[in-house]
Amino acid sequence: MSEEMEGGTVKKFLYVNRKAPYGTIYALESLEVVLIGAAFEQDVSLAFIDDGVYELMKGQNTKGIDMKNFSPTYRALEGYDVEKLYVEKESLDARGLAEADLIVPVKVISAREMTDLMAESEVVLSF
Amino acid sequence: MKFAILVNEGPYTHQAVDTAYQFTKAALEKGHEIFRVFFYHDGVNNGTRLMVPPQDDRNIQKRWSELGEKHKLDLVVCIAAAQRRGLLDENEAKRQGKDGNNIAPGFRISGLGQLIEAGIQADRLVTFGD
Repeated sequence: MSEEMEGGTVKKFLYVNRKAPYGTIYALESLEVVLIGAAFEQDVSLAFIDDGVYELMKGQNTKGIDMKNFSPTYRALEGYDVEKLYVEKESLDARGLAEADLIVPVKVISAREMTDLMAESEVVLSF
Repeated sequence: MKFAILVNEGPYTHQAVDTAYQFTKAALEKGHEIFRVFFYHDGVNNGTRLMVPPQDDRNIQKRWSELGEKHKLDLVVCIAAAQRRGLLDENEAKRQGKDGNNIAPGFRISGLGQLIEAGIQADRLVTFGD
């Protein structure tokens, strides 16, 4: 399953983001794991399903709730070599969203394809 | 099998904590190895020794500490999540200018890298939480 590379094992990590960006801390603390995890040079993918798709929405404004708008951090992921972002089509559709509403380039996939992605991942961290 | 355990919820609020404990205990009894138990999000509150539950209820912190001592478990609390929520060890309390620490015996505070490492090293990483 995992291939030996110089410097150690490389596994397929999948971070599954399921929660809205505000309301609970899961989305923010998930992103913190992704950023720290990037230093380990693993094969990383991010999935956004359910309310997790809201994490990537353009034009977030958190002034009224006195919380930090951390959505620009998703744009920095590329600099950490985290480039595989998958968004579930059904979750977008159910919320009246489209790819053009998102802050970063993503690959929109079906729920069926999402299950395949999960099945082929070796370490799934779900937030 | 070599398991890593991720506990994402707070004690008493969420049964995920109890299930994580029961799973860990059962896995050890079956002869499996627990590479690490990592506490994240409100899960860090499992590691405060200042919790005082009613006497007729389980003491979640004590239960982890005792299981940890018996099986030499590596009970790791995420430092970033812990600092936000007011869980400090002696060093961190000193560094942050706080007048006390509350980390429980057998727990240690460390970085998120410990979670990633657990994912790499274990055969299975099992998450307990919402």
